[in-house]
Amino acid sequence: MITLVYLARLREALGAAAEKIELPGDVRTVEALLAWLRGRGGAWAAELAPGRAVRVAVNYDMARAETPVKPGDEVAIFPPVTGG
Amino acid sequence: MPVRVQNEDFDIAREIAALRGNDPRVGAVAAFVGLVRDVNDAATVRSLTLEHYPGMTEKALQGIVEEARARWDVHDALVVHRVGELKPTDQIVLVVVIGAHRGEAFAACEFIMDYLKTRAPFWKKEQTPDGERWVEARASDDEKAARW
Repeated sequence: MITLVYLARLREALGAAAEKIELPGDVRTVEALLAWLRGRGGAWAAELAPGRAVRVAVNYDMARAETPVKPGDEVAIFPPVTGG
Repeated sequence: MPVRVQNEDFDIAREIAALRGNDPRVGAVAAFVGLVRDVNDAATVRSLTLEHYPGMTEKALQGIVEEARARWDVHDALVVHRVGELKPTDQIVLVVVIGAHRGEAFAACEFIMDYLKTRAPFWKKEQTPDGERWVEARASDDEKAARW
């Protein structure tokens, strides 16, 4: 299981704040996870489409496409930050 | 190197006094305060809602402050960032850096703000006369952070 957290505009667009999912066996990176989520279609495919400005954090650290994802992780998906 | 995320307003004088204490080695205090403006991208802003990602926010701010302290010869730094409902003229963020000399303190303060703008998980939603809208990230903020 991993915990997925959606924040700010993406939380509203996807209609979910958080969920727990069983990590598919072939999903081992952030890039693969995003591709798997896009497979849900609809808002998932549109909001997480390649080229959309989406940021990902794994266990509270900013992640990159190749960052590993493993069971027990908390993966947050959000738009570029706008604080300060 | 304290970092805080809070709903309440902050008192700049009190925060600076607490950070520098009675330390006679401190010769420079550099501070930045970010405020809510009433206009953004040509729209009137009535209020602003700031949300963050609890757990990551503090860690990200700590990391930024640690990096500043590693890069510049400064004694300590403080970041206070507000979340929740804010109105034009309200204070949003405070960065204070103390050190022996102004050059290092100024640079570290600007670095912390530039990195905060692109790496700390905060998001602003504006309430305008035409409704609500999420603030879009600016490319110029990425460029400023990339300078360092």
